[in-house]
Amino acid sequence: MGALSCRAAKLAAPIGVAVAFATPAFAETSEINPADTAWMIVATALVLMMTIPGLALFYSGMVRKKNVLATMAQSLAAVAVISILWVAFGYSLVFVGDGPWLGTLDRWFLSGMTMDGVNPAAKTIPEVLFMLYQMTFAIITVALVAGSVADRMRFSAYLLFSIGWFMFVYIPLAHWVWGGGFLGAAGVLDFAGGLVVHLSAGAGGLVAANVMGRRQGYGTENLSPFDLSLAVVGTGLLWVGWFGFNGGSALAANSRAVMAITATHLAACAGALTWGAVEWSIQRKPSVLGMISGAVAGLGTITPASGFVAPWHGIVIGVAAGLICFWACTSVKRRFNYDDSLDVFGVHGVGGMTGILLAGVFATASIGGTSGLLEGNPHLLLIQFYGVAVTLAWSVGVTYALLKLVSVFVPLRVSLQQELEGLDISQHGEALQ
Amino acid sequence: MKLVVAIIKPFKLDEVRQALTAIGVHGMTVTEVKGYGRQKGHTEIYRGAEYVVNFLPKLRIEIAVASELADKAVEVITSSARTGQIGDGKIFVTPIDHALRIRTGETDSDAL
Repeated sequence: MGALSCRAAKLAAPIGVAVAFATPAFAETSEINPADTAWMIVATALVLMMTIPGLALFYSGMVRKKNVLATMAQSLAAVAVISILWVAFGYSLVFVGDGPWLGTLDRWFLSGMTMDGVNPAAKTIPEVLFMLYQMTFAIITVALVAGSVADRMRFSAYLLFSIGWFMFVYIPLAHWVWGGGFLGAAGVLDFAGGLVVHLSAGAGGLVAANVMGRRQGYGTENLSPFDLSLAVVGTGLLWVGWFGFNGGSALAANSRAVMAITATHLAACAGALTWGAVEWSIQRKPSVLGMISGAVAGLGTITPASGFVAPWHGIVIGVAAGLICFWACTSVKRRFNYDDSLDVFGVHGVGGMTGILLAGVFATASIGGTSGLLEGNPHLLLIQFYGVAVTLAWSVGVTYALLKLVSVFVPLRVSLQQELEGLDISQHGEALQ
Repeated sequence: MKLVVAIIKPFKLDEVRQALTAIGVHGMTVTEVKGYGRQKGHTEIYRGAEYVVNFLPKLRIEIAVASELADKAVEVITSSARTGQIGDGKIFVTPIDHALRIRTGETDSDAL
């Protein structure tokens, strides 16, 4: 061990010198900052960890035992499929070129991307890293939608739907908000994806849950979770991963990233406490599922606001998330009688929407350079409403059309017999013993 | 010979086993079962969805004893498994026609 680190030290010295000499020659094209690069590599890994195993565990712990593997398969498939599509054309269409509607195909299969080149949106880290970081966002957004249709969607239909949803919902929205499109240009604030990730996934999930119909036995049979301890572990991984999600959205190792992480953590804590407290008063017991739901609701809700608000605003936003998302997952869901299996709309959709609007209220100029309602700029709240309206309309409309299109080729839902038997065995030929 | 079947609360297993060992019962089969009697069940709530769970987890123990030991076995199971609360369980005693130890081929009381 000692010899090894000694050798490493000797190796490091000449490399350091080489970099120092090399830097001036590349100065015009890029000023890659090692600290920013290091942080963004870590943040990229953290966000990927949110989907596998974070979301896979969070979701599969909440379904029944016969659907655990199938639920994990949806997260896994999202990682594999979306990563390749992102490299093929996703990144280019979102982040290259700043047309109001869509980017260009200049970086098709990363063509023209150099090792030391940068994207104008993140000038201090390699463009490849920026591409990779943003890839993890596309992955988790697609994987989130699956929670609404858990327990009943055919795997082949899920794959087609995911590909289509990525192409026609995620890519345009991400470009509009982050890639130089018309929503970003209008001044909509969405730091890490309240619109692009959470509202789009939640609204899409709600539509998918309704198009697919309710699960067999919904409202009459016991559909209780297989193993909530998996969901608790998944929540922990999501929570920690979210530091990379929101902190990394600063795209640099700077104080703004730290502010975002602090607000994020506080919102998760406040959300967990609030949801648990509401259950305690209404149902006489604070459930573990309630506390983790509140934590994820707090995290989803702070997402668009983090990086624009002060840390203590995270607590207020987390409390709001706990109250509003609890109401959405219980009263609203019962009132309209839809079966959004894992409450993607109630937690992520409603949370994302709430966060976007609260960003308009709490935005603090000294943190993110923009003032919100509390600092005397009510106009921002209007812009945020505009962002919510466009995202809702687009995600709902396109998801609906896409599901109708996919159903022409393959039935969206498994047969009744397969559903009763469970998706693990009927879709994958495996089962938990 | 008698077969004594007892449905007991899961956390009482060790006490019952010790009590039976003390009176000379040296074998037992335990199965995890679910069921309900007077103890009905409980309500579980998951994000507002309420489920009434009727079937509660219990243990079913089976022991085969010589006829003269059956009453004593029932007595010690009763005293060791009892909490006084609803849901303590039940004991059933039935006659055994024939018994055989697979390894040696011994039969009836030699096989117990």
